[in-house]
Amino acid sequence: MTAALPRPAPAAACPGCAAMPGGVADVAAPAPGDDAIALSLPTIHCQGCIAAVERGLAAHPGVRSARVNLTLKRARIETDPGVTAADLVTVLDGLGYEAHELDSGTLAATQIDAQGRALLLRLAVAGFAMMNVMLLSVSVWSGAGDATRDLFHWISAAIAFPAILYSAQPFFRSAWSALSVRRLNMDVPIVLAIGLALVTSLWETTLSGEHAYFDAALALTFFLLAGRYLDHRTRVAARSAASELAALEVPRASRLRDGTEEEVAIADLAVGDLLRVRPGGRMPVDGEIVEGRSELDRSLLTGETVPVAAEPGQRVSAGEVNLTGPLVIRASAVGRDSSLHRMADLVAVAESGRGNYTPLADAAARLYAPGVHILSALSFLGWLAWSGDLRVALNIAAAVLIITCPCALGLAVPAVTTAASGRLFRRGLLIKHETALERLADVDTVVFDKTGTLTMGMPEPLALDTLPRADLAVALALAEGSAHPLSRALASAARARGVSPAPVTDIAERPGYGTEGRLDGRPVRLGRAAWLGAEAGPETATWLAIGDAPALEIRFRDALRPGAADLVQALTAAGKQVLLISGDSDRAVAALADRLAIADRTAGALPADKAARIAALAAEGRKVLMVGDGLNDTAALASAHVSISPASALDAARVASDIVLLGNDLSPIADACETAGTATRRIRENFRIATAYNVIAVPLAVAGLATPLVAALAMSASSLTVSLNALRLR
Amino acid sequence: MSILSYLIPISLGLGALGLVAFIYTVRSNQYDDPEGDSRRILTGEWDDHPKP
Repeated sequence: MTAALPRPAPAAACPGCAAMPGGVADVAAPAPGDDAIALSLPTIHCQGCIAAVERGLAAHPGVRSARVNLTLKRARIETDPGVTAADLVTVLDGLGYEAHELDSGTLAATQIDAQGRALLLRLAVAGFAMMNVMLLSVSVWSGAGDATRDLFHWISAAIAFPAILYSAQPFFRSAWSALSVRRLNMDVPIVLAIGLALVTSLWETTLSGEHAYFDAALALTFFLLAGRYLDHRTRVAARSAASELAALEVPRASRLRDGTEEEVAIADLAVGDLLRVRPGGRMPVDGEIVEGRSELDRSLLTGETVPVAAEPGQRVSAGEVNLTGPLVIRASAVGRDSSLHRMADLVAVAESGRGNYTPLADAAARLYAPGVHILSALSFLGWLAWSGDLRVALNIAAAVLIITCPCALGLAVPAVTTAASGRLFRRGLLIKHETALERLADVDTVVFDKTGTLTMGMPEPLALDTLPRADLAVALALAEGSAHPLSRALASAARARGVSPAPVTDIAERPGYGTEGRLDGRPVRLGRAAWLGAEAGPETATWLAIGDAPALEIRFRDALRPGAADLVQALTAAGKQVLLISGDSDRAVAALADRLAIADRTAGALPADKAARIAALAAEGRKVLMVGDGLNDTAALASAHVSISPASALDAARVASDIVLLGNDLSPIADACETAGTATRRIRENFRIATAYNVIAVPLAVAGLATPLVAALAMSASSLTVSLNALRLR
Repeated sequence: MSILSYLIPISLGLGALGLVAFIYTVRSNQYDDPEGDSRRILTGEWDDHPKP
């Protein structure tokens, strides 16, 4: 009976493929798990959020699994093909959580953090060996003598050698790479100290001497690895949110050839090809419109907020967004020649100028490393001349190196930056660059971009209450028939006022002009001034015509980003100069600057103007913080002393900036400036603590009074003080 | 002092046991989300039946 049952047709590898038209035959099936989407969730903070987000995502069709990581404030979602990040962002918006897509391609590289894991394992081995050797050392210090002491030293050596060979590898490698290019870094004295401690201790042990520094060598490795690991953690958290400039380019375009449409990769396009761009799509190349009418959103390229009318004959640039109607364009510059790529080159040039900042830690190491080596060499030579005993001289030189070794120095910077980045991360700021905090601390001038940075880049209708309610109902009905940003803003504002749409029939959108329909037999229209026979004003506005009555103007202004006013006020109060440089029109910039009380403003700035202005400020000796989000800001972001961009910014801008603002609110930036100042103060304090401890311990070591017990006490005490000092920042 | 020949290997063994346990937790991704894990135990969602 069973054999008679009809066998199911060969099934697709996954349910998603089976559901796809055409089946699996003509589509290369992606391996399950390939379609992982990563979302950044800046506002989640508790177990309630985790449960709500996971449940909400799991309920969405096509989602196979969703897992929230609260530490990284991120969700990883495995989906069937066809589910896009935008769908999931909408789902989460509906639940009341802000979400941004992260580039999963870039994330995949850091998903399993192999380097961090290796560091953690080395740290564990060093810690295990240190504890055991310490136990043995304590009995030696408290008076174990002769054969027992020798036995304990031999056991210590047996533990210490393999443990250090394994755990101190990062230092060996780094010191070797520095030495091979004839440079000194912090790791050279570290490796020398560890090596010398092991060798002299082994020598002492074979001669059944009294002092062995196995525990000191291990403690050194342990504390320094801890610093290295903290450093690594902060950097991993930051790197994952950065993505590449290339991600901005539309990977595929639809090409028209002999009347048929085909999907091709951008790389295969040639000059002269005809391309179709649908509403909501981004221009894949520079070109000229041959067919269709629409409006273009250029705000990311130029900073202009007002959509520009598009008609045949007009030139378009890659990266512009087509808003209302389908367009056919003829490509005039593709790939490397497009304006998008020229902008990328501008960023590359500006970025190469940034490398000349020396972090505090490196500056300290440059002073420190030669000093320690000279001191140790001098004490070796001095004792050799004084006592003529090579063994004593070598022992003392080793003690000097171990005592001065930059345990506290190695922890000073990472402990502080970890604590500071952790604190800022909880407020919604992601520190991408390792020296960003230090650079942020010296900022005295802040330059803002307007559209998308101080403002949301979303229009907000003005004076709606002066409009008759009946007219507003008509406007709402017409606005809901269009996806134009002004229409959507008008519709949501009218809905918020409790207006319900009038019974308008035959609603149709006229791409590039507006929407029209009929109400009780009369034509009603909502759209551009010229279309309705009205006189266009200088401000962003849409017009409403009912029947033959004169058109009514509905004006818009750009909605302010939350926290913008507070931020500008806080920065001015802190004595920083605030500038507004925008690509938008004079009037729009002046209105915003007056609203926020920014005296220094520039309108109509081209991308190169922005970068030039920042370079001029830098030449005056000012330390500039640039806050911006658009493609027109990227060169300026890269050339500023330090830069911040919101998460809603273009990938290019996020890549070029040092700090990413995860939420919508701008006010954490003021916090960041303050925290950066405190952090730099703490780093300097830590350097002073480390120095103070050296001032006391070094003379002891040079005088030959530093026993392993003194070394262990001094080392642990200084490391603990430095870490506790850093913890005050949390 | 012959007690040392027992105690030292025992202490090393116990330490090694801890090390092995730690390596196991690292390899099974238990440090990827410390904050989230500490919050997850507070949800009542899987209290009455195990996670499928």
